[in-house]
Amino acid sequence: MTTQATERPRGLERRSFLKWSAAAGGTAALAGAATRFGVLPGVGPANAATASTSGADKVVWSSCNVNCGSRCPLRMEVSDGRIVRVLPDNTGDDELGTQQIRACVRGRSIRHRIYNPDRLKTPLRRAPGTRRGAGEWEEITWEEAYDEIASTIRRLIKDYGNESIYLNYGTGTLGGTITRSWPPIETPVARLMNCVGGYLNHYGDYSSAQIAGAVGYHYGGWIGSNSLDDAKNAQLQVLFGNNTLETRMSGGGETFVTQQTKKLHNVRTIVVDPRYSDTALGLADEWVALRPGTDAALVAGLAHVMVSEDLQDQKFLDTYCVGFDEDHMPDGVPAGSSYRSYILGEGPDGTAKTPEWAARITGVPASTIVRLGREIGRARPVHITQGWGPQRHANGENQARAIFTLAALTGSVGVPGGGTGEREGAFSLPMANPFATENPVTTAISVFGWTDAIERGPELTALADGVRGKDRLDVPIKMVWQYAGNALTNQHGDINRTVKLLEDDTKCELIVVIDNQMTVSARYADILLPDVSNAEQLDIIQQGSAGNLGYTIVADKVIEPLYDCRTVYEMMTEIARRLGVEKEFTEGRTQEDWVRAVVDASRETIPDLPSFEELREMGVWKVRAPTDSGNVALADFRADPKANPLATPSGKIEIFSKQLWELSRTWELPEGDRITALPEHLDTWEGAVEARSNRKYPLQVIGHHFKQRTHSSYGNVDWMKEAHPQVVWINPGDAAARGIENDDVVQVFNDRGRIQLPARVTARIAPGVLSVPQGAWYTPDGKGVDVGGSVNSLTSWHPSPIAKGNAQHTTLAQVEKA
Amino acid sequence: MAQQLGFHFDQTLCNGCKACSVACKDKNDLPVGVTWRRVAEYTGGTWQRDGDTFVPNVFSYYTSMACNHCENPICVEVCPTTAMHVGEDGIVTVDEDRCVGCRYCEWACPYSAPQFNPETGHMSKCDMCADYRAEGEDPACVAACPSRALDWGPIDELRARHGDLAAVEPLPDPSITRPRLVITPHRDAQPTGAGAGAVVNPEEL
Repeated sequence: MTTQATERPRGLERRSFLKWSAAAGGTAALAGAATRFGVLPGVGPANAATASTSGADKVVWSSCNVNCGSRCPLRMEVSDGRIVRVLPDNTGDDELGTQQIRACVRGRSIRHRIYNPDRLKTPLRRAPGTRRGAGEWEEITWEEAYDEIASTIRRLIKDYGNESIYLNYGTGTLGGTITRSWPPIETPVARLMNCVGGYLNHYGDYSSAQIAGAVGYHYGGWIGSNSLDDAKNAQLQVLFGNNTLETRMSGGGETFVTQQTKKLHNVRTIVVDPRYSDTALGLADEWVALRPGTDAALVAGLAHVMVSEDLQDQKFLDTYCVGFDEDHMPDGVPAGSSYRSYILGEGPDGTAKTPEWAARITGVPASTIVRLGREIGRARPVHITQGWGPQRHANGENQARAIFTLAALTGSVGVPGGGTGEREGAFSLPMANPFATENPVTTAISVFGWTDAIERGPELTALADGVRGKDRLDVPIKMVWQYAGNALTNQHGDINRTVKLLEDDTKCELIVVIDNQMTVSARYADILLPDVSNAEQLDIIQQGSAGNLGYTIVADKVIEPLYDCRTVYEMMTEIARRLGVEKEFTEGRTQEDWVRAVVDASRETIPDLPSFEELREMGVWKVRAPTDSGNVALADFRADPKANPLATPSGKIEIFSKQLWELSRTWELPEGDRITALPEHLDTWEGAVEARSNRKYPLQVIGHHFKQRTHSSYGNVDWMKEAHPQVVWINPGDAAARGIENDDVVQVFNDRGRIQLPARVTARIAPGVLSVPQGAWYTPDGKGVDVGGSVNSLTSWHPSPIAKGNAQHTTLAQVEKA
Repeated sequence: MAQQLGFHFDQTLCNGCKACSVACKDKNDLPVGVTWRRVAEYTGGTWQRDGDTFVPNVFSYYTSMACNHCENPICVEVCPTTAMHVGEDGIVTVDEDRCVGCRYCEWACPYSAPQFNPETGHMSKCDMCADYRAEGEDPACVAACPSRALDWGPIDELRARHGDLAAVEPLPDPSITRPRLVITPHRDAQPTGAGAGAVVNPEEL
């Protein structure tokens, strides 16, 4: 069912709509934008000067820059140099494409993050002779800190080379440009290191390593899916573990986009997820609950129904895909290797992937799989997207590729209302980034491999560990930079093991943490550099995922730096000076100069983009996508696959990947791990099937993204802990079997660790599954019990086979009353 | 008499994020433990198991709730000092100069709207952001809601637009205080007193 844009209602009638409309107009530059994109109500300087009722001296635009996928402007009221209140975006309206970007609960609590008791105040050094992580510090001057870091860098480069210095994953200021903490190449730390020969890089990230590792083989590179507003053009929407209403909570981003799209167009929506997520609660017409890590088996069961009843889009598969059936296979591959053969039991395993087969693995009844297979098979087009839960598994690459394959079976790739089965795409502004520079070192490890690179260094190889750029690492990691991130301990796998590794300072000799909070990772620093918060510096902010809305934010300096905190730009400048590369690092520019340079460079590709001064006054600048049909991924490929081939070897969608087929025979994998050319379901270590035979640890543990935090950011804010306390979700049946009632304090444990937290006994989670909201701050008590309730006290270091990514949703444990 | 004001809450759009709640705390600088706008999660249902497979029959929805500025405000009725009083627009406020912090109002209110602030020793509560309204702005919670699930205005207008439903679990029977509240119910909303589910986040209220 599709509805033309012209038939859309005007949205909610709001009291202040007249006022916003009256404010439309603004500067000459804005009028230029209006010519191209239509007038954006209330987007302009007139709105920035909103009267304050708190007696504040001024209102300054800032933003929330954490890594949720959304990005929200915030207006901060300042009185006597202190932020006294935080107000939401008041520009725009409630229409898709011009909406107010209303911050979620996290951004609204940012005042208690900026003025948090955990704020770092002055440079600290681990007290000499104390164990790393013991929390014994001595205050040092900035000069001492800079000198020590610079001299260590000099020594390590001389003794071990630049590859001994690693920039760890960190996304605490993901939204910034000059202050950006990921990807490594775009960070100010990388800019410094590149001036002195570079650093050991990483590929992938903790959010999407497996899907990113898989998509290259399947589609030839990251292509995204259709934007979520495009679901209006679909006959059916299917969300696999895609939980926008919790992960991307912005009222200008995907929460708003999905809710409004559902409200206006009411396209039937199916949510597949082990949890009855808030997205299922708010958007789903049907919730399909399955065991974690079994999406590929569910897809195989659905495919069996479609193939048996000839519901697949055979013309699409013949034209655009390789590997669906035996007539469309790459050369040199044995017969019986196609997806169709796999589904029908004509492949090497001889097992038909019937709905009954899938039911035993997934927990979804065969009758449901038959019904869904028919429904998905008959709907055209189908809007299929996946979140990043299905792929964060030991078989994550295959999970991701199976969902891509379902999109191909429906022939919905590259058309409005369809999708690729990838994560949703969105319209966005092509902002330039002249601040980023090239890393002279080309060697890289998987994002999840840094602990191995400390522990085993030169044992890490391309074939066994996914080292890129070299057959084998030459040296172990001797120094780690951790800027605005908590993956040094809290967000990595198996915290207890990670902590033990870090405690041994003969391996990694220097850990420098730059942050503004005493995070769990900061506890394991040798030198701690107190960063300012985003409210204490100027930056230009890259937008978040927001359907058909593009925008940028100039987040101004709202208050002077607290305590003895300094900007990361100043820190890197000072260290660059000591390394003799200050001129190369700064190019003679201040931080404000760099922000201006970003705007100037961006104006070359976005002619309507206002000047820096205008943006600074406006705070946020919004652009509606030029077309109203939604962001359609692979439209060019669909229109003319010969003229616009994919970057795969065949130029087509590779359901069978010959590259993976070759990897499966050459890569060295641990016993039990497998790479397959097809997106087959794989039973894995600590997987859904093992859970049923493992008497000691029979429960699957996943770590859903939680409203309290973005990963671990905001996890120490009192208002957030009050609003969304850390609890473990457990099905009533599993709870009853263990005598657990709602709100009982329980311990979840396996051989790697033990956490303690209250139980949320709820029918909103599948039987046999526990979900521990990920990102809680690891807080071991005297007996080693993590009373902070961090799920990574239970997870492992075992990487996934292709991407070598973090399989943190593949974990077995047991639970008992504390 | 001035128009009587009330809230509209669209339960179909609420994802329980609590931006409303925290925006209220930020605006009024409320400490932990004092929360004028709260969000209840009401959940129920069962699972059918058949061998290795299972089918959920589950429902869940959120209710965001502050003071409902009731037509029969029981808090005003029980207040021994007349600190709790009703304005011309129906907004119930507390005069902190008169309040002695006896907490009768808190005890009497079926919505737990008046809250004791240990920092001041007085009761405190939602006044629907009188200062913002005086300047033509929306109350903080309404302006904050990412989902546009909250609205406010003359209750007669809200009822004309959205109906007059306020009897939804887990809320008390509206006949007790006649709240100026209109709810657009979630598809699974249960009528007050149905008892099919439970508030699963009592510690958050």
